[in-house]
Amino acid sequence: MARVVIDGKSYEVDGRRNLLHACLSLKLDLPYFCWHPAMGSVGACRQCAVKQFKDDRDTAGRLVMACMTPAADGTRISIDDPEAKAFRASVIEWLMLNHPHDCPVCDEGGECHLQDMTVMTGHVVRRNRFPKRTYHNQDLGPFLTHEMNRCIQCYRCVRFYRDYAGGRDFDVFGAHDQVYFGRAEDGVLESEFSGNLVEVCPTGVFTDKTLARHYTRKWDLQWAPSICAHCGLGCNTSVAERGGMLRRVMNRVNPEVNGHFLCDRGRFGYERAQRVTEDPEKEKRTPEDSEKKGLSESSGSSGVKRFSEFSGSLCGLLIGIGSPRASMESNFALQTLVGKDHFYSGLSDLDASLVSLILDILRNGPARAASLQDVENADAVFILGEDVTNTAPRLALSLRQSVRQKALERIGKGGIPLWHDAAVREAMQDEHGPLFIATPYATRLDDVATAVWRAAPDDLARLGLAVAHEIDAEAPAVSGFRMPMNSMADALRDARRPIVVCGTSCGSVPLIQAAANVAWALRRQGRAADLCFTVPECNTMGAALLGGGRLGAAFEAEADTVIILENDLYGRAGAAQVDGFLGRVKHVVVLDHLRTRTTSKAHLVLPAATFAESSGTTVNNEGRAQRFFQVLPSREPVMASWRWISEMLVAAGRTGWASLDEVLAAMGDARIRAAAPPAAGQRIPRRPPRYSGRTAMAAHVSVHEAPPPPDPDSPLAFSMEGFSPEAPPPLTPFFWWPGWNSIQAAHKFADGPSGVRLIEPGQRGAFFREVPAPFTPRRGEWWVVPVHHIFGTEEQSAMAPAIVKRSVEPTLALRPEDASDLGVSTGGAVQCMLDERTYRFRVQLRPELPVGVAGLSLMGATKGVGLPCWMALRRA
Amino acid sequence: MLTTQERSAIEEEREHYPTARAACVEALKVVQRTRGWISDEALRDVADLLKMTLDELDGVATFYNLIYRRPVGRRVMLLCDSVSCWIMGCDGLKEHLKMRLGADLGQTSADGRFTVLPAACLGACDHAPALMLDETLYGDVTPQEVDRILQEGS
Ligand code: SF4
Ligand code: SF4
Ligand code: FES
Ligand code: FES
Repeated sequence: MARVVIDGKSYEVDGRRNLLHACLSLKLDLPYFCWHPAMGSVGACRQCAVKQFKDDRDTAGRLVMACMTPAADGTRISIDDPEAKAFRASVIEWLMLNHPHDCPVCDEGGECHLQDMTVMTGHVVRRNRFPKRTYHNQDLGPFLTHEMNRCIQCYRCVRFYRDYAGGRDFDVFGAHDQVYFGRAEDGVLESEFSGNLVEVCPTGVFTDKTLARHYTRKWDLQWAPSICAHCGLGCNTSVAERGGMLRRVMNRVNPEVNGHFLCDRGRFGYERAQRVTEDPEKEKRTPEDSEKKGLSESSGSSGVKRFSEFSGSLCGLLIGIGSPRASMESNFALQTLVGKDHFYSGLSDLDASLVSLILDILRNGPARAASLQDVENADAVFILGEDVTNTAPRLALSLRQSVRQKALERIGKGGIPLWHDAAVREAMQDEHGPLFIATPYATRLDDVATAVWRAAPDDLARLGLAVAHEIDAEAPAVSGFRMPMNSMADALRDARRPIVVCGTSCGSVPLIQAAANVAWALRRQGRAADLCFTVPECNTMGAALLGGGRLGAAFEAEADTVIILENDLYGRAGAAQVDGFLGRVKHVVVLDHLRTRTTSKAHLVLPAATFAESSGTTVNNEGRAQRFFQVLPSREPVMASWRWISEMLVAAGRTGWASLDEVLAAMGDARIRAAAPPAAGQRIPRRPPRYSGRTAMAAHVSVHEAPPPPDPDSPLAFSMEGFSPEAPPPLTPFFWWPGWNSIQAAHKFADGPSGVRLIEPGQRGAFFREVPAPFTPRRGEWWVVPVHHIFGTEEQSAMAPAIVKRSVEPTLALRPEDASDLGVSTGGAVQCMLDERTYRFRVQLRPELPVGVAGLSLMGATKGVGLPCWMALRRA
Repeated sequence: MLTTQERSAIEEEREHYPTARAACVEALKVVQRTRGWISDEALRDVADLLKMTLDELDGVATFYNLIYRRPVGRRVMLLCDSVSCWIMGCDGLKEHLKMRLGADLGQTSADGRFTVLPAACLGACDHAPALMLDETLYGDVTPQEVDRILQEGS
């Protein structure tokens, strides 16, 4: 802590910060552009100038850049000093020389940091009469609009795209007053994190192209705090709607999870999580008859009525199948309805065993489940088996920062403040690591790896076990194993906060065990080693915590009626098995918001709410329970799955729940309840104070303004009225503050973490002793591992139009040697028999694949194939 | 495609630097020496050779105003328009050149012989106004002197 004097007042601040950061943390207004809370200072824009004084007798002082000056004890500065103010006004004037002043047609207008700073500095009259320079705008793909004329040369975009996210297809061109930020030529931005430019750029150069299709100003949007539903990491988001249409997703800072950034799947994968109002037929989000003909013939009756007719006929044995992409509450509701003994977890049998192993490791072993923030701060990382960028995208961005930790430590010791990004990068140059990546195929993090190794999952497990043994002799030895990556064990042992990253994507039990052994060996050596396991879906961890029978057992169960919760069983098991099951059960009821093969086989499909249409809790890979809140006002017949189930309970003469809090109370886990405050007390408005058209927007229906829809499930209101400034982080719908209309207003809000960790480590940690045999290739058969794709693998985002444009066609990856043996080349096709069906795949050559291993894109139909598995391939 | 000579000259430059990337300015100069300018195709070839992306290399190429990303005339004249030369009348020289060549700053004469570019101080302020024709520096330049230089230089 340091004491600094600002405009004659004394404050306590964190002395490790720079003055700009310190001032903003005190909620003082000081304009800036180039500084970014996650990327530090470079002193490029000169906007944050303040007057600094030597001591209390110094009245002259001198101008300094606040972002480049440490908040050292005893520092005296003035923000209000007339000279500092004049300097800042002149800075904005020159930054604005070439700016087109096109706010009315700019998508950033109303949430623009440049507008805010211009107003804040008082630059109101344009004096420059010379022509402005203009630029060509590029087509950067389906995610971002490019409008270069608006640029003020703060360099944040390149710093994010290249320095922070490691992208190499974006840069700054030219010099002097002709500086251009973009690509060498038009084309899709390759980085999986490109969408962050929308928030990083303080002007309207980079704006959200998906939003542009259904554009609404920030002040006219209705917002809710949400949790990304598109992978297991649970990044915190703000989602926005207007007029019943979901419009956009933005980042919501949770320092322990996503910090300031999201991945592009999370940001742009939202467009199908809503009713498609233009063409409701296409979406078919109403109870419907299926191929097999529904129980109720009355096609015109409302969903609720048909449902009650149906539930009145509930008889015989009822079973329920849960879902890793449905909320805790909905899973719990189903479990309550059918009873614990008849509730089956909706994970594939393989995933169920992998995730329960992970749970066991995290709960009983000594290594903690790492948060993304922990990963970012790790000073050595060992990735076992995961193609992180494609299985848990945001984690890759954290790992990219972790490789700087060792060097940062050295640089910090040398006296360079770590927020001084320019100096730090200069001192660091290309130094990075240690990061060891052992995976079956190349990953997008290989460029910053200390060493990479490609092998079949069993061999990766052997590597992990051997490393564990080298770290701690108590861990089982792997006989006959030649260590491929030198000095790996040493590097991990030399670290203070090493992390082992592993997950379910290789489908390998020994691999997960090996990861645990490495972390535990390090723990025994006194290192604060953590484990970071990725899981496939937004509530995989929650589903595993809730438990339930194996899906395989459900298929064997004697059931008259099955209720399937937000789950496509064809993605969890072989088609023949699922067909057999669904064909055998008399009544198949599916609650879902996606159209799947399973819904097409159902007798009754009940339209469940998406994450944007309901509130609930998901548990991320770290075991953190986090609440997401409804943003789209409810519209019949769509309801949260747990509400449908509650009605079933009531119809069966049992007690249901009227609100989310009642479900949470019934669940009885105080920690899950504590993930966000209950629906009590002063309401927090979902709409900004400037929301317009409230009294007119439904005038075509009725001239009387309808009361705001009730929301029994949260402390939020579908209204502008209420009280927001004190909203705790889990309940902050959007970042907006007087004078700070852009997302940079985040610093005005409480910056604590949110969510509650449900899993903490135990004491046990007896090493896993089973060592798998070396992988032995087979003749004419390949061990086919799943290849994950950030755009396309995840079910809920896969159909979003922007994501579709970035998805690749599924392929089967083969070593070039294997392909030529089969007589195929890139673009050719191979086929194989699985589950009595013939599959055809297009071939892609991947020279790095280990001998005997192939990779198959995991999307659509290949999900039920049961990867990884042996496949006999033939030329098609 | 880079010629064998270009390739080996670049590889020789490469030896002088810790990383391939660091040699990129020299590599561009090698190509510019033989071709006069850097075409998109040449840029791509050099980028491939140095394992840089097109974006990274073009960022460097466009930063330096003596790396030419557009074709230039047979000879390049750098006319200083910085403070000393401005005081000593470089504007007059510019007008004169425009009259003689029909080319303004940044343009090439119709016959393709001369490109005139502005330069910010040629380090010859004591002999302002100054200009450079390719590698040769001229000081105390007058319009008559310009005619003579153009004559000699053509
Ligand atoms: S494009 Fe945006 S982020 Fe990049 S330099 Fe210009 S204003 Fe800054
Ligand atoms: S990393 Fe996962 S949770 Fe985070 S934004 Fe991307 S898909 Fe969503
Ligand atoms: S924010 Fe301080 S110089 Fe840009
Ligand atoms: S100003 Fe022209 S040579 Fe220095």
